[in-house]
Amino acid sequence: MENAALLDVRAVHKGFAKADGAETVVLDGVDLTLKEGEIVGLLGRSGSGKSTLLRLIAGLSEPGGGSIRYMGRPVDGPPEGLAMVFQSFALFPWLTVLENVEIGLEAIGVPRDERRRRSLEAIDLIGLDGFESAYPRELSGGMRQRVGFARALVVHPNILLMDEPFSALDVLTAETLRTDFLDLWSEGQLPIKGVILVTHNIEEAVLMCDRILIFGSNPGRILREIRVDLPQPRARLDPDFRALVESIYVEMTARRPTEPASAARTERFPGSGIGSVLPRVSTNLLSGLMELVDAAPYNGEADLPVIASALHLEVDDLFPVAETLQMLRFAEFAGGDIKLSAEGRHFAKLDTDERKGLFAKHLLTYVPLAGHIRRVLDERHSQTAPWSRFADELEDYMSSDDAARSLRAVISWGRYAEAFAYDDDTMVFSLDNPGE
Amino acid sequence: MTLSIIPIAAHRRLPRLGVWDAVAVALAVGLLAALAAASHGIAAPLPASGAAITLDPWALPGYALRTALRMLVALALSLLFTLIYATAAAKSRRAEIVLVPILDVLQSVPILGFISVTVTFFLSLTPGRTLGAEFAAIFAIFTSQAWNMAFSFYQSLRTIPTELTEASYSLRLGPWMRFWKLEVPFATPALIWNMMMSMSGGWFFVVASEAISVGNTTIALPGVGSYIGLAIEQRNLAAIGYAVLAMLVVILVVDQLLFRPLIAWADRFRFVQETEAAPPDSWVLTTLRRSRLVEWLVTPVGRLWAWSYHAAPKGRERMPLPPQQVVRRRLGAPDLAWRAAVLVGLTWVVWQIVRYVLSGVAPAEVLTPVIAGGLTLVRVMVLIALASLIWVPVGVWLGLRPKAARIAQPIAQFLAAFPANLLFPVAVSAIVALRLDPDIWLSPLMVLGTQWYILFNVIAGASTLPTELRDIGTSLHVRGWLWWRKVALPAVFPFYMTGALTASGGSWNAAIVAEVATWGDKTLRAHGLGAYIADATTAGDFHRIVLGIAVMSLYVLILNRAFWRPLYLFAERKFRLN
Repeated sequence: MENAALLDVRAVHKGFAKADGAETVVLDGVDLTLKEGEIVGLLGRSGSGKSTLLRLIAGLSEPGGGSIRYMGRPVDGPPEGLAMVFQSFALFPWLTVLENVEIGLEAIGVPRDERRRRSLEAIDLIGLDGFESAYPRELSGGMRQRVGFARALVVHPNILLMDEPFSALDVLTAETLRTDFLDLWSEGQLPIKGVILVTHNIEEAVLMCDRILIFGSNPGRILREIRVDLPQPRARLDPDFRALVESIYVEMTARRPTEPASAARTERFPGSGIGSVLPRVSTNLLSGLMELVDAAPYNGEADLPVIASALHLEVDDLFPVAETLQMLRFAEFAGGDIKLSAEGRHFAKLDTDERKGLFAKHLLTYVPLAGHIRRVLDERHSQTAPWSRFADELEDYMSSDDAARSLRAVISWGRYAEAFAYDDDTMVFSLDNPGE
Repeated sequence: MTLSIIPIAAHRRLPRLGVWDAVAVALAVGLLAALAAASHGIAAPLPASGAAITLDPWALPGYALRTALRMLVALALSLLFTLIYATAAAKSRRAEIVLVPILDVLQSVPILGFISVTVTFFLSLTPGRTLGAEFAAIFAIFTSQAWNMAFSFYQSLRTIPTELTEASYSLRLGPWMRFWKLEVPFATPALIWNMMMSMSGGWFFVVASEAISVGNTTIALPGVGSYIGLAIEQRNLAAIGYAVLAMLVVILVVDQLLFRPLIAWADRFRFVQETEAAPPDSWVLTTLRRSRLVEWLVTPVGRLWAWSYHAAPKGRERMPLPPQQVVRRRLGAPDLAWRAAVLVGLTWVVWQIVRYVLSGVAPAEVLTPVIAGGLTLVRVMVLIALASLIWVPVGVWLGLRPKAARIAQPIAQFLAAFPANLLFPVAVSAIVALRLDPDIWLSPLMVLGTQWYILFNVIAGASTLPTELRDIGTSLHVRGWLWWRKVALPAVFPFYMTGALTASGGSWNAAIVAEVATWGDKTLRAHGLGAYIADATTAGDFHRIVLGIAVMSLYVLILNRAFWRPLYLFAERKFRLN
């Protein structure tokens, strides 16, 4: 007995025009259905387009292709019956709690007395009693997000859209808020019929969702759908729960060589050409992770979820580090595990200067952009080259933001490796040794 | 804060009068009486030149009231202009490409030189009536107040956090409701700060615009400015003293009755809240807030306002791309046509100006104001440098000592409002007595009012220097010149740039007043573009006025683009703490 779909997203495509007329694809071929009584999670790393999809559903921006239908009608602007909860709460700082909650009702023309009654109900439901006349600045983060929830619920939406609603909160507060929300949801106290939750926290997705859609990047698309059949309330230490979390880690770290290639698209394998977008990862994190995995009890091979909780890092923070190590051939990263290569284990045992030497060798060999910069500098008589020389070249493959990010990343690695120098005032690369 | 507001709101009892109501009533009646007194005589026929002004100190309160009223009317007009103009610029990309550069130019144009033109225009609207001269004076003050307010509002609109805008669209606020619930509140703190700056700057123009002679027509509106003009003409030192006193009183009263309450009220609109600083408070605002009578009067207005949201179109449109996400792409035909039309219009305007100027000035003479502009340029730059040498160290010292800064701020604010004309007696007498060169010694008058912007901004900059940075300096024994070079100067540099940029712009404007100084029958003249414009104004020679203003605008624009802006961007990039 399938319920009717609240929301139906078909083959949605979204891109942004670049300066040269080409398109950066943010979302491609996305299908999604939300049925009554479901919480669907959109799980992925930053840049996978999951927040963009949420904004398309909310009617805030327009898809480049495909269709979005809410209760059978196409979405052509923010529809009545959809409400959103924001990562940074997005409360109006100059309105009191009550006024913040009321504003959505005022906007759709609900009479004053009814507005007041419904707002007080929502405030009551979400546990904000007594804070009606407080300003957001007087509240803690957790209380602010409660206002965010009350403001969304007061319009009695059919679908609640949540954009990483707990990620700006501390661990304990986030857990309390999640539990409170799930309690209200399972008791049927919330006036909503379905929820879409955007998150990059794997455990949060497994804890809250009935279905999880895993998003991949470049372009953003749905890689897999995972059904979570564990009964609510779910326990994080339950073996089934752990197994599911582990399998999602494996899913998210899997290589996907069958990627359809397209000329405008960035290359798939990190570091396989200068067209790859490089993540800004600090060399401290790189050597820190190598040291940790090299040492007991991991002895060169570790489970990513274990590492993540040991380091209190989220997927978004940990994956780029592991991927960078893989790009530098210091580690293998697949199946939810990280395994140091022989060089990686060797690196962990060296002193600072020797590390720099080894790092420089790997950087120039395996990161094409670094090798390219070094070659250009070596070839030039002046041994200098301006930032724009490389930025222009990269912008053939990626947006100017990504080009700048990649250059910043390679500059910080190049500096650590002492492979080349960069002067930010003049924006010039050189082979100068800044120590001289 | 009490929680009582919610249940009580539904069935409110009749307001019970209290002591706060008495204070509020006194305030309101006082303001009404002042308004009535000040507006009396506006429709009267234009008095014979200067005859109506008397140097009797007892006439001063009335004059001060008229002057204050003019400034407040101009401020209200500036506010209206700001809300409309800046909103249009921020909302429409097509409007933006025209409106923002115009604002930029208007900000650099020495409006002081234009007063003669506008006076003639407004007088022609209401021949023989004081009203025309009043309009002209108000317009002159308006032109000194509006541009920076509009810029600040435009900047604020463009920097509203994306998530707040998203929330407002997602909650389906219509454009009208979004304007009053999101955009105006977000822009309010910066706008009020700019209104205060504008009010200070306005004084300079009051003195220049109330008493003005264009060719054979001399107009003297009753006001502090005319009073000062007459005092200078009659060499009455005591009257100058009374005028300064009257100005001080007006500034203090406007501060207490208008700006203190506004700042205290706008505190809740500040987006980033620092918790340590005590919130600003104002006895006037407290009075208004606690008075039930005021509440009783204001509630219907609030209801009416809320009804306007209800009546305005509901929001269900998509959100436009935030400014930082808009990519420049190839322009479509309508955009190109629009740009072409703008270009044609611009060419036509420039051509009209050139034609007008050349119809009264020989082509060879065009070089004269350009050379004079070079002299003024040297003066401005040297004086800004000298003012910086003095005020940067003082500002840093004050900024690191919040208590001292709190005393110094209002004093500097008063001095910033101080029109250069008031120092003419001292300057002219000293220069004549000591046989000094007016080319050099008249110059300090140019930065008299504008140097304070440097001080304001440096104080603000030094007070944001994080305690950790100061502590590490102390712990590493960084002292003396090294401390200034490595800690203090880099920290205040971006703030200093803002101040220096404003001061430089203002000094050009001030040159028109400061390069020609009169005290009784003695007139001293420095060589420069300001003197060129001032002389053309006295002679009623509109061709040369326009030429002088055009040259000065070009100087300011080029100086801003080629010197101040690159330096400003460099400072932002290199020294901004976060």
